Amino acid sequence: MAWTWFHRLGSPPWIYHFAGRVLRYLLPLTLLMLCVGAVWGLAFAPPDFRQGNSYRIIYIHVPVSVVALAGYYVMAIAGAVSLIWRMKVADLMMRVAAPIGAGLTLLALVTGAVWGKPTWGTWWVWDARITSMVILLFLYIGVYALYEAYDNKTLAAKACAILSLVGTVNIPIIYKSVDWWYSLHQPASIKFTGGTTIDPSMLYPLLLMISAVYALYVCLLLLGLRAGLIDSESTTNWVKREVLGEH
Amino acid sequence: MSTSLFTKVVHRQLLLAFRRPAALLNPLTFYAVVIALMPLGLGPERQVLADFAPGLLWIAALLASLLSAETLLRSDYDDGSLEQIVTSGGSVYLAALGYVISHWLITGLPLMLLVPLFSQLLSMPTEGVLALVASIGVGTLLLSALGTLGAALTVALRRGGMLISLLLLPLEVPVLILGAGLVERAISGLAIQGLLSILIGLAVLAVTLVPIAIAASIRISLEV
Repeated sequence: MAWTWFHRLGSPPWIYHFAGRVLRYLLPLTLLMLCVGAVWGLAFAPPDFRQGNSYRIIYIHVPVSVVALAGYYVMAIAGAVSLIWRMKVADLMMRVAAPIGAGLTLLALVTGAVWGKPTWGTWWVWDARITSMVILLFLYIGVYALYEAYDNKTLAAKACAILSLVGTVNIPIIYKSVDWWYSLHQPASIKFTGGTTIDPSMLYPLLLMISAVYALYVCLLLLGLRAGLIDSESTTNWVKREVLGEH
Repeated sequence: MSTSLFTKVVHRQLLLAFRRPAALLNPLTFYAVVIALMPLGLGPERQVLADFAPGLLWIAALLASLLSAETLLRSDYDDGSLEQIVTSGGSVYLAALGYVISHWLITGLPLMLLVPLFSQLLSMPTEGVLALVASIGVGTLLLSALGTLGAALTVALRRGGMLISLLLLPLEVPVLILGAGLVERAISGLAIQGLLSILIGLAVLAVTLVPIAIAASIRISLEV
């Protein structure tokens, strides 16, 4: 009995409807959180005494970067689940997570560059964290490209699962080595904001924005999952009933 | 039975390589050409070349291993040998290990022996030569493990050529950083034991664990 929820996860129509129900509440909530967080952070939070108003991009940059990193683990865990339990839904989840993760990583890099221009005086530096993000972007693109290269999508998912699991083991090693590389080649001096503490008046909108982007990630994942389910199950009866509106 | 699958694969790969010496020479020739391009791109000034030498020698090693990884499993996939290995009932893990070790023997080991020569073409200070030989020797073992994995994932794809570099190069970043860093440290007269130990540790990790992923990938590729 306790396992019925687990078996339901193997049923595409159940997942499709469940995702739909979640989205009905989560999507408006996400939009509300994004709007409140953005207006609060961009208009009402006090300006930074050193960076003035240019620091406000933190409310986009930090949430996006945090979720971009977490997204790789979501993808790898979905891959592991698909390898272990042969679950079609996990395959799709991994397939959907790759482009979303790549998009978020790219957004993190672009907003970082936009922030870097007024703060550091340059669009790009080979700083440890930026370099790690670039490599993360390539890892995401690699998984996506490998999936697209296979014609048989079941095998594509298996191959991508292996690749993302190898990547998961490798990511801490990459981060450590990039950190070490950066300390070896440390250029002149680029100091991030002086103080490490952040005032609550700036922190609360930031936390709200991080939660909002996490919620947005879940929404995008579920939307992609629903589209993927309709696509991969297009010959089955439940999809026909769904599309024709017969219940 | 299962141990012999390892020796059989290594024996077969080495035999194939020595019967067709071009396979043995191509990666080295490629390496030499890439190194020869560096002064043409950067200018012949000895100091400039010497400054960049550790990084350049390592990047060329990455590219050379990538080039040979692309065709590593191709013919065995096409003529059905891979299928025979999987259906033989022996350990695919040991066969995968055999491919990794034989790839290193065919590409990594010769490069390790010849790299002091190439380093002098870029007038690298001689203090770093020993560290370079050690780091290339250990590092190419890592590259062979990852390269075989890339080959196993893409061997069934007709358009796998560009893909394999996209898959492998990001994973190989730590090897490049540690390898080139080790040589730079040696040139500036610092101790390298610590870094070398890390590199050896990673190589042991890769050689023992990556064949699991290779074996799984070979099975996937055979289903295509």
